[in-house]
Amino acid sequence: MIELISLHPLLTAVVALVALSIPFGALLGFAAIRFKTEGNPIVDQIEDLLPQTQCGQCSYPGCRPYAEAIANGEAINKCPPGGEATIHDLANLLDVEPLPLDAEHGAQDVKKVAYIREDECIGCTKCIQACPVDAILGAAKQMHTVIADECTGCDLCVEPCPVDCIDMLPIATTVQSWSWQLPPTPEEQLKRSHIIATDRQPEVSA
Amino acid sequence: MNQRLPNTLSNNMPKTYPTPGGVHPPQNKAQSTSRPIQQASLPAELVLPLSQHAGAPAKAIVAVGDKVLKGQCIAQAKGSISAYIHAPSSGEVTAIEPRAIPHASGMQDNCIVIKTDGEDNWCPLQGCEDFSQLPASELVEQIRLAGITGLGGGGFPTAVKLISSDTQASLNKAIDTLIINGTECEPYITADDLLMRERAQQIISGIQILQHIIKPSTATLIGVENNKPEAIAALEAAIAEANANNITVVSFAGKYPSGGEKQLIQILTGREVPSGGLPADVGIVCQNVGTVAAVHDAIVLGKPLISRITTVTGQACAQPQNFEVLIGSPIAHVLAQAGFDASACQRLIMGGPMMGFTLTDTSVPVIKATNCLLAATEAELPSPPPAQACIRCGMCAEACPASLLPQQLYWYARSKEYEKLEELNLFDCIECGACSYVCPSTIPLVQYYRASKADIREHKAEMHKAEQSKARFEARQQRLEREEQEKAEKRAARQAAAKAKLAAAAQAGGEQELDPVQAAVARAKAKKAAKAAAAETEAGNSTAKPETKPTDEAN
Repeated sequence: MIELISLHPLLTAVVALVALSIPFGALLGFAAIRFKTEGNPIVDQIEDLLPQTQCGQCSYPGCRPYAEAIANGEAINKCPPGGEATIHDLANLLDVEPLPLDAEHGAQDVKKVAYIREDECIGCTKCIQACPVDAILGAAKQMHTVIADECTGCDLCVEPCPVDCIDMLPIATTVQSWSWQLPPTPEEQLKRSHIIATDRQPEVSA
Repeated sequence: MNQRLPNTLSNNMPKTYPTPGGVHPPQNKAQSTSRPIQQASLPAELVLPLSQHAGAPAKAIVAVGDKVLKGQCIAQAKGSISAYIHAPSSGEVTAIEPRAIPHASGMQDNCIVIKTDGEDNWCPLQGCEDFSQLPASELVEQIRLAGITGLGGGGFPTAVKLISSDTQASLNKAIDTLIINGTECEPYITADDLLMRERAQQIISGIQILQHIIKPSTATLIGVENNKPEAIAALEAAIAEANANNITVVSFAGKYPSGGEKQLIQILTGREVPSGGLPADVGIVCQNVGTVAAVHDAIVLGKPLISRITTVTGQACAQPQNFEVLIGSPIAHVLAQAGFDASACQRLIMGGPMMGFTLTDTSVPVIKATNCLLAATEAELPSPPPAQACIRCGMCAEACPASLLPQQLYWYARSKEYEKLEELNLFDCIECGACSYVCPSTIPLVQYYRASKADIREHKAEMHKAEQSKARFEARQQRLEREEQEKAEKRAARQAAAKAKLAAAAQAGGEQELDPVQAAVARAKAKKAAKAAAAETEAGNSTAKPETKPTDEAN
């Protein structure tokens, strides 16, 4: 045996490598089938960060399609409801630079909830069909109303209403929802208080 | 018995354990301890916020115009963590409307307003002679109905904390120690001190009721700082009188904040409440002395919680002292009785100087959690100089009683790195203010932590809502798909049925109508032909018409 190896070193090396590669190849092939991931996991991770308002302001028909687009290289700054926080989270996840919100798709607004002026509602069900999260309750020729807790404030029901009876009302702060704000940073405060004497002097106009 | 007492005092003094951090701000307690507790006078109007406890707001059960008696229930607890509210005096409900409430936001919230009639008529009370005959669950229910909340300042509904011993056993959280908090470590406040001095019997009776409910297996400890010798003596005497040998008063050298629940537990037992956990997780229930006295009133006398002892102090008060105040009394009314000088008062604080908040309006009422009203002059509590940059001295970390890293928390709070904040256990911060107190740059550290905590909670609520919206969106997509599919199936079924019918007809009818399409085409052709014929005859008529027309024109 040793003689044979020493006589044909090249041949033995080839034979040994082939002998090794067959079981390893089989193992890899098996693992590829056995542990196959369904779909693209990054899309799920991106989707988890999006606010799920399903508003379509990003020009995609919902949060999932936008998540898929981001996974394929779309910009991360097209989601006004998520705002800076979402862009920041997405930038962290994808390890890219956070961009300022793209103004083309709207500005970040205060949180709102849809409100149907019920006296004026004619019961046309158009808003019900438009609501992406089934947060409007009603039936044909019956008054409709918004389930405020489920409303994402996406605005999609306002446009289809033939009698314009839907308002988007900003969510008011109550004693229960009130919270402390971050104080101005020392740098800001010092700037404001003009502790340095020269800062206090009015600017000399030339 | 009386002979044995000195022995228990000197020899068997239970061990106390050191705690991290803490500060020693000037006590300023002597001003208000020289006078006994005084009954505050009856105000013309009582304002009772529906949300004056931790948890959900109560639900009003009276209407405007209703006459109420003192002690009558006017609002019910809504949900599991909430508290009942009772009329503090007799009179008429004049309004249920938003009024300014004592809250750091300075906002308004729904309140029941009672115009007092000056008669102070009690509703019928049902006291209990011997509480030991009643089961624990019944006592807890009575405490709940009496609207008792933590009177130390937290305002957490007491009944929620007092799960009976049976429930605890089933939860595998057997309580071995009952701790009564008479520490009162915050400067200026002396409400608990005076209560212990003057109403020690009430406190001991209340403790016995709690012992009956919780059945602590090893010890019942009253923790009192050693700067209150009169209170300790009064408690010892009351224990001797009641022959309650299983209650021990433990005194220890004070620092701020040794009266925090977790801190006191560590001082008395050496056990640390786990991060995010409750005292019950380490076999302990902790109640404030004021709460315990209220439990006595509720069970033995049947009186709901309608008044509390509040310290009114500060240099802007001519006679600083403790008052027994009806809940809902406007603070202007209470301050006036202590000789309040509005022009001298620079800052009016509800609570103590460390953890209290500034009030801007003196029309707000005293609530269940109001342990102190501090009317401070500029000399007493100078307005803080502007915050300067952190110099990384590390004094805040030495002062922190929860062993956190305030400086790190400060940096991460500024840069809004919530994950890091949670990793550094921001939520274990008790907001005691020790770090801000020692900070040489006078940075309002606690405000950073409060704001960050609120932001994190809001962020989590948003995440939760996003998840819910996603589920609803997906459910809707599935529903739409299902409906589409059902429609398609129905269509297919109809087609199949039509075909089957046709086949049957073809078999039955033979060759007359082989194909409905052909038949329809034939029918259409026939119709067309008929139409064409009609049109032709009409055309014939119309061609005849022009002949008459020229004659018309000629005419």
